[in-house]
Amino acid sequence: MRLLLLAIVATIVLAIVSLFVGVTDISLSGLLSSGPEDRQMQVLLISRIPRTLSLVLAGASMAIAGLVMQIVVRNRFVEPGTVGTTESALFGFLVVTLVAPGWPIMGKMLVAAAFALGGTFLFLRIIRAIPPREVLLVPLVGIMLSGIIGAVTTFFAYRFGLLPSLLAWELGDFSGVLRGRYELLWIGLACTVLAYWAADRFTVAGMGEDFTTNLGLGYNQVLTLGLVIVAVSSAVVLVSVGIIPFLGLVVPNVVSLLVGDNMRRTVPWVAVSGAGFVLACDILGRVIRAPYEIPIGVVVGVIGSFIFLYLLLRQKREAA
Amino acid sequence: MTTAVSEGTPVAAPRPRMSRPALVLLVLSVLAVISVVAFMTVGAKGSWSFVIPFRGRKLLGLILVAYSVAVSTVMFQTATNNRILTPSIMGFDQLYVLLQTSLVFFFGIGSLVSLDPTIHFTLEVVVMVGFASLLFSWLFVWQERSLHLLVLVGIVFGIMFRSLILFMQRIMDPNAFNVLQDTFFASFSRIDTQHMLFAYVITGIVTVFIIRMLPVFDVLNLGRANAINLGVNYRRSITTMLAMISVLVAISAALVGPVTFFGLLVASLAHSLVGTSRHRYVLPAAALLAIICLVGGQTILERVFEFDTALSIIIEFLGGIVFIVLVLRRMAR
Repeated sequence: MRLLLLAIVATIVLAIVSLFVGVTDISLSGLLSSGPEDRQMQVLLISRIPRTLSLVLAGASMAIAGLVMQIVVRNRFVEPGTVGTTESALFGFLVVTLVAPGWPIMGKMLVAAAFALGGTFLFLRIIRAIPPREVLLVPLVGIMLSGIIGAVTTFFAYRFGLLPSLLAWELGDFSGVLRGRYELLWIGLACTVLAYWAADRFTVAGMGEDFTTNLGLGYNQVLTLGLVIVAVSSAVVLVSVGIIPFLGLVVPNVVSLLVGDNMRRTVPWVAVSGAGFVLACDILGRVIRAPYEIPIGVVVGVIGSFIFLYLLLRQKREAA
Repeated sequence: MTTAVSEGTPVAAPRPRMSRPALVLLVLSVLAVISVVAFMTVGAKGSWSFVIPFRGRKLLGLILVAYSVAVSTVMFQTATNNRILTPSIMGFDQLYVLLQTSLVFFFGIGSLVSLDPTIHFTLEVVVMVGFASLLFSWLFVWQERSLHLLVLVGIVFGIMFRSLILFMQRIMDPNAFNVLQDTFFASFSRIDTQHMLFAYVITGIVTVFIIRMLPVFDVLNLGRANAINLGVNYRRSITTMLAMISVLVAISAALVGPVTFFGLLVASLAHSLVGTSRHRYVLPAAALLAIICLVGGQTILERVFEFDTALSIIIEFLGGIVFIVLVLRRMAR
């Protein structure tokens, strides 16, 4: 419990740092002496606070989405990005942009979420043939499925001249976040709360269909709830900031190394660490080559794949 | 490709003199020639003195890429004794691009322009052979236990290389980035034809070595223990093969950039069409299939449908499906 408090404090410190890092220098004294119309205050209100909030929200909800996915599929190495959920959401977003470009962002997000749900069910359908002991085959097939869906998306984007937009959507980047353009991410917070509320059900569902039914829970309802949480979180984050690779995989796994697997206990941990990790990576991307920025998708891609490799190789050594 | 299947499978029983592999090779050669001719002639307007050199250069590039991808994949599968792994799935192509990017990143844009291409190329191949040997020493320890782990590690390496490439490109100066950008995306319609002669000479040398080693490849197919029993110097053959594979991968990656599933696609097709695992049939069949796919596919897409760079996307799509089917089928056994 004390450790968790420490993690929360660390994340808050990172969030405060995030408020003060950027092209415009903002200082506490400058803020206190300035009125609401001054430049520093305006930058803080319009850019920095929304950016920091969206980092926290996106980080927490993607990490939670990964955790839910891992428990429901009963595999440590799945997350929305390695099972085709994210790519399906991207495909949906592309389709709705082509068909109904005038729709409000909320409607587009819902379409993306529906596609994400469909893609995830397709994945579950395919892996039904794989026995659970083939731990590594599940993410392998998932990554390939993502590649296939990605190829379809690229093809249509190419065909309709949207390839540059597609590349921009794909790459997670918080530099475009301003007041009025991130609020959708609060839905991600709602998903996180929902996941916490249903944590015990997911743990039970993770034990298998028969076990769940024995305990008087509807397996399919729990499964669907989990997948809806995952799909909506992925779609919201994708539409608002883009893809943050491996986040949902790395954070829950590292947390489980530290504090174990009881989901009721790990949900707050995963949410806080996800937010902290994303904050740290974004600050890093802003500092490395100031005044230019490196998109968070790139920073997390490098760090995340390192950690993913470590987890894979570690798991092998233990099994051996 | 489908025509190749339908013509190749009903093995001509009435003519017993021609074996199935030879027949398949014959049919594939005819198809390859047809695609080449179609590529050169379909939709040609204006004077031939312009069309022939213009398309000819592209054609030479496509053939070289097809050849090097197909041969390197089949050899890699023999060396690993496995039909799912390919150099590009293990992240080799991305590694090559990463090397290019790091060179520009650390030594500036001049290094790419001024350095003698021979030295440049040799350096990159040496680093790639080093990486390949590293992966390989893991292979023997782990392959028995978990092939899936190996593939997954390879894929994640590939993703990591790609992220590192993006990362460096974000930090480097925009001019250098522009020069590099072309090497990053796979595109068969914008082949880099600058060092074609050099690439052809190198490929020729590698091919001579391959022909001399063909019987060794066949023995290696029997597995490590059997190969050693039959008197093959295992370590040396594998190292030679890795060096040749690295050269070929470097050539194809330099010409068109990374294509993940193309090799897997043609190698699997070649194996199932030829029906034998003897390399003197499989290698040419794979190379011919690759030429049909690339040259024929490019002709159809570019001239008939007027899609320009879509071929690599379609190959990724089909290759991904083949991969999933292969993996699931292997498990069902």
